[in-house]
Amino acid sequence: MGTETMRAKVKALLIDEKGLDRTITRLAHEILERNKGTQDLVFVGIRTRGAPLAQRIVDKIREIEGVAVPLGTLDITLYRDDFRRRLKQPKVQRTDIPFSIDDKNVILVDDVLYTGRTTRAALDALMDFGRPARIQLAVLVDRGHRELPIRADFVGKNIPTSIGEEVQVHLKEVDGEDCVLLVEAPEEGR
Amino acid sequence: MSLSSRHLLGLQGVPREDIQLILDTAQTFKEVLQRPIPKVPTLRGKTVVNLFFEPSTRTRISFELAEKRLSADTVNFTASSSSVLKGETLRDTARNIEAMKVDIVVIRHSAAGAPHFLSRHVRANVINAGDGRHEHPTQALLDMMTLREKFGTLEGLRVAIVGDIANSRVARSNLYGLRTMGAEVALCGPRTLIPAEAELWGVPIFYDVDQAIAWADVLNVLRIQRERQARGYFPSLREYHMRWGITRKRLEKAGKPIVIMHPGPINRGIELDSDLADSEFSVILDQVTNGVAVRMAVLYLLSGETSVD
Repeated sequence: MGTETMRAKVKALLIDEKGLDRTITRLAHEILERNKGTQDLVFVGIRTRGAPLAQRIVDKIREIEGVAVPLGTLDITLYRDDFRRRLKQPKVQRTDIPFSIDDKNVILVDDVLYTGRTTRAALDALMDFGRPARIQLAVLVDRGHRELPIRADFVGKNIPTSIGEEVQVHLKEVDGEDCVLLVEAPEEGR
Repeated sequence: MSLSSRHLLGLQGVPREDIQLILDTAQTFKEVLQRPIPKVPTLRGKTVVNLFFEPSTRTRISFELAEKRLSADTVNFTASSSSVLKGETLRDTARNIEAMKVDIVVIRHSAAGAPHFLSRHVRANVINAGDGRHEHPTQALLDMMTLREKFGTLEGLRVAIVGDIANSRVARSNLYGLRTMGAEVALCGPRTLIPAEAELWGVPIFYDVDQAIAWADVLNVLRIQRERQARGYFPSLREYHMRWGITRKRLEKAGKPIVIMHPGPINRGIELDSDLADSEFSVILDQVTNGVAVRMAVLYLLSGETSVD
């Protein structure tokens, strides 16, 4: 889900650096508009790239409203559904949600929405932290091909793709550059 | 990321990267234990059997909690209730486990090598929870985790293991693990409780506990196994306390910060002063908390490879 940054054949540049910033700005405005401000609003970014994305949206909201909304990070490794199928264990990383999510409006942030399985895992994980009033999903890219009945509340860009393609989100914090690429998926990755 | 072995039988020969990975993973599991619902669905559908051929309270509870926190199904065999009393061999026990499609076996046994034997006869992952006087790897891992939290690194740390070295599997596992991680280890105890082979380990040996305290950053104080006392390794418990017991007076004389560990259960007033066990020097309860996290990490990391044979 956009995590493999191997050298693959790039088919198109979907969003460039400036475009990415504009998209994040729009997402921040939409989230504020639909939630009528920052009351009870908290953000949780899904590792790896959902975390810096959530950080940027939170920064943007501070610019707009002058309010610092709480931000947490979620690692969903322990909630994955492909556990019994994999040969090697993925490295478990830190989950860090330093506030109560009880009765809050949680904005869950991820980079790419694809099968919906990551979101399912994240929802299960969040429920173990408390009982939020509401959870909304914000993604940078929705590339289709859902395998579960899950949809995003806020979408940066809808990009129709084929199964043989992959959407790679590159962020400065992780990859040293800001862009979204459409690439040919590596053979064994399918 | 995964371990280089599909079993955890001991720490002798376990590479540094593996220990590092277990400790790092344990740190994240410690966070899981602090959540409102301290449980994750990771090992759902996996079955773990705890085979305890020797009495144990905290290790068994710690493993069981770790398994439950990971949502595994668990079954307990204890020596007093199991078919062992009816004369079943370990090999037959192993075959029966195999037939029940168990994924992970946690075993404690009074015979050194029992987990190794089992690992050759079952397809399940085997975790050694203490075998005779040989090894107790998860205890050493939780000790290392506790020290790493306290000091930030194990590199260059001086750990003196004090007490009944000869009968201690905790001492052996700690020695192997700590040295792999770059710490210095020394042994301290009465001559009768230092095994002859210790000289081959190439570590400092102190027969005077004050010298050990002067040398060390950390004292890992072992339990005097009173059940073995009948053999007369030392004249009396009182004398042991006078010569080898860790007291506040001794620590104050050393005049430096020192950390006290103990694998439990403590004989208060024998190997360790009662008030010291509860003092600012002690990290004993951190050890217990970290024990669950370390065992979760080991269960998690080993279980990844069972699905493919």
